[in-house]
Amino acid sequence: MTTTVRQQVLVLYLATSALDSPVIGWSSYDGTGRTKPTTGDSDEPPYETGVAALIDGWRLFQAAQLIPPYPGHEHEVSFLKHEFLFERLTPTGG
Amino acid sequence: MHLLSSVQMARFVAQGSLRFDGVVPAELNEIAVAALTAGVPHLPYGTPVEQAFPAGSFVRRLIDLPVIAGALHSLVGPGPTVDHHWLHVREPHGGEAQDLHADAIIDVRKEAFDVQLMYYPQEVTLEMGGTLSVPGSHLRRTNESDTGRYQNLRGQTRLVCPAGTVVLLHHGIWHGGRRNDSGRPRYMFKIRFNPTVRQVRLWNTGDLADPAVAAELSTTFPWYENATGRLEILNRVKLWRALTGDDTFDIEYWATRVANEPRRVAIAAS
Repeated sequence: MTTTVRQQVLVLYLATSALDSPVIGWSSYDGTGRTKPTTGDSDEPPYETGVAALIDGWRLFQAAQLIPPYPGHEHEVSFLKHEFLFERLTPTGG
Repeated sequence: MHLLSSVQMARFVAQGSLRFDGVVPAELNEIAVAALTAGVPHLPYGTPVEQAFPAGSFVRRLIDLPVIAGALHSLVGPGPTVDHHWLHVREPHGGEAQDLHADAIIDVRKEAFDVQLMYYPQEVTLEMGGTLSVPGSHLRRTNESDTGRYQNLRGQTRLVCPAGTVVLLHHGIWHGGRRNDSGRPRYMFKIRFNPTVRQVRLWNTGDLADPAVAAELSTTFPWYENATGRLEILNRVKLWRALTGDDTFDIEYWATRVANEPRRVAIAAS
């Protein structure tokens, strides 16, 4: 019997660029199709910090770069800066 | 007219919204769905309120309620124009949640702002998919649904409210209609107002020196990053200076410190 795996993705937004800082925002996408997370579906984050997700088995595959602000726009606010993407490979059967 | 206080205006500048629970009387709420689904005439962009909603019409009765009229006057001043209006319906057990977005396009105005009125004629429960909004997101410069990847932020508001609730929002607020998981349709009527005057001291300024003003403007939110949260306060200071005409106002010296570039030349010691 063959086992197929699918990717589950967790996006955590942290309070600073440190992976062990608090989670301030979160999103998830489920490649198994078993769940359908969506906008505004939870008020409580899945983990308190980025490291807590690692401890639970999520693998970090991308972290936001630290990019200096554009000259003249240093005081503007825009997207969340500290975005970390994690994955988990989940068996889905044959 | 029930003008806003300075403390309420400061709350709007910090949070990007003001909420008025259950202020619309039951006799209006009871006819709202029929009146609004029957259709409010389509308007050309920029129609003056008086022309858009004739005296005696349902919408005019809504926005002439003293608490609503006073708040709108305080925020956008006399004689605003109607940008557009729309009845949003989330069908029972249907539809998808909207991506988190700001309406229209990225808006880089420094001082002027539009106000969006959201009116909920019926009680909204958590299951009915009341509007998701993010307090304090209105000064972020992002374009429409480019924020769609953000599903949940700490301290977000998933609106639950009694019938007859009105929320007034800064045009830049991040928001989205949530999925309706209930068996009842959920209605929200939205009107966007554009100012036609400079938005300076249009409210009841009698409490301008109240320490509660600075306290409101200093409010922080759980979703702010540590560093960017400081910039949020700075940007509120800039907006408060514009609204009051007081270019010396500051909080925690944020604006004054970074503007200090002395030109006076010291006399050299002999």
